[in-house]
Amino acid sequence: MIDTNAYIGGYPFRHIPHPEPAILARVLEREGLDGAWVGHLPSAFYRDPAPGNDELFTALEPHATLRPAPCIRPDWPGWERALASAVERGAPAIRVYPPQWGLGADDPAMRSLCAACGEAEVALVFTARFEDLRQRHWMDQAGDLSAAAVRAVARSNQRTRIVVCSAGRGTIEEVHWGLTPAERDLVFFDISWIWGPPEDELALLLGTVGAGRFVYGTGWPLRLAQTPRANLALLPDELKDVKLADPSSW
Amino acid sequence: MAMAAPLAGPGPLIDVHAHFFFEGCGRAEWDALNRARFRAGDRIGISIHVASILGSWGRFSPTYFASPADTTRGNDAMQAIAQRHPDRVRWYVAVNPNDTAFALAEIDRRVAAGAIGVKLAAGRRADDSLLDPIAERAADGGLPVLHHIWQHRRRHWPGQDASDGADLARLAARHPTVSFILAHIGGGGDYRHTYAAVRNVPNIYLDLSGSGVDRGMLDDAYAAVGAKRLLWGADITLCTGLAKLWALEVIGLTTEEMADVRWRNAERIFPTGTLGSSGEGGSGMRDEGTPHHSPHPASPIPHPAND
Repeated sequence: MIDTNAYIGGYPFRHIPHPEPAILARVLEREGLDGAWVGHLPSAFYRDPAPGNDELFTALEPHATLRPAPCIRPDWPGWERALASAVERGAPAIRVYPPQWGLGADDPAMRSLCAACGEAEVALVFTARFEDLRQRHWMDQAGDLSAAAVRAVARSNQRTRIVVCSAGRGTIEEVHWGLTPAERDLVFFDISWIWGPPEDELALLLGTVGAGRFVYGTGWPLRLAQTPRANLALLPDELKDVKLADPSSW
Repeated sequence: MAMAAPLAGPGPLIDVHAHFFFEGCGRAEWDALNRARFRAGDRIGISIHVASILGSWGRFSPTYFASPADTTRGNDAMQAIAQRHPDRVRWYVAVNPNDTAFALAEIDRRVAAGAIGVKLAAGRRADDSLLDPIAERAADGGLPVLHHIWQHRRRHWPGQDASDGADLARLAARHPTVSFILAHIGGGGDYRHTYAAVRNVPNIYLDLSGSGVDRGMLDDAYAAVGAKRLLWGADITLCTGLAKLWALEVIGLTTEEMADVRWRNAERIFPTGTLGSSGEGGSGMRDEGTPHHSPHPASPIPHPAND
């Protein structure tokens, strides 16, 4: 099992202790995970993600289990070249941040990027949020990723696996049930921000949406890596053998 | 059938910030929620849920501005749950300080019926003088006060008169013999502001509950107030509570410090014997002047692993 929702690097709105790749590698080992798709956290807030991508590839080079998931901004000139370069350098997934870029739900650039990711056989990873809305810095005005933004991309999608990280039950249900069965088959959600008991929203979603639509994710270094493990450990008995999708086999 | 080892490891574990629901409250699935708390609590290894019910959870009056009728309704339900589960449930009497005379009478009545603490939510800002008579009642009874807190209140939040750590620190300074539990440092906002606000206020304890699982939050809490002023709790997300227990072990608390956070600090601040293994619930009242920090036996809490 791999962590689809991990980053390295600092966060602009609060201090994060030790967001370094060597620490992440140790955390993954402690949590019993085989590896991670790793993004460069500061890049989510850069206008031009290229320098952050370079930093990411360089920083992860000594760590075989940390797979770079660079950021490609589809409204930036030359993004096709950036995508090709990322794929050539071994990226299994591409991260996107439409709210941070000011891209609306129907922006055609996101659909173009999604199609290109399918051609290149890399996954497209959205991040619904980095922090709880209630605790955000007053300068952090981007807002959460809307379900509509994911649906718009998923409805034009033929072959790209889409992963939505850090979404809660409401967004997940709105995306999933707002798609046709064929469209849903390519959309996955990480479990890092879904509530366990007593609300038992993870258990509910595993039953309604299906375990095969979910992947493991932690939200490290912003969030405690133990959280998804705790959530799985607290599933009701009838779900204790549940198997999530495994992106390492994609 | 043998019980699985508790996910939180062996030893007593007190959740100082729990909630239950009841038929007729704002949640149709109230019974499933209560059963899920017990199921997950057993799995985690929670010895005692110290819980409250905030009125009708919004059905008949706002959760944070509960009417006297709703306050009564919620406390009735909480009392009944505690009486049905004397082995694992203790409770706070929840009051709205705006109805001051009613709140004081409700505290007296419910403490006589077994409540062991006072729950204040967000009906009035923590440093408001309306809270003084309630804090004095808590001092008289040796009752801790669990206060809902927002981290660094910089604006009005709808549905509540939220207080932050600085507000609670002013109340705590006026009532130095009362133990105040600052609710859910994982409950939203800038927890680092809280640490700065309460670091030097020794009668404020931080409960670790809440959905927030920011890395650095626990390390900073430990650095700010030390293990003797941390209390474990879950609030309405037991999954994050378990994750935080596991994280505390990773950040390097000693076995003794873990015991403090898991149960010993709670036992120090709640009325003597009320969290013990007798299962009697107790009156919760101490004679005036009895120190809050009472001697405690080594491991008096009933625990699934010990059954």
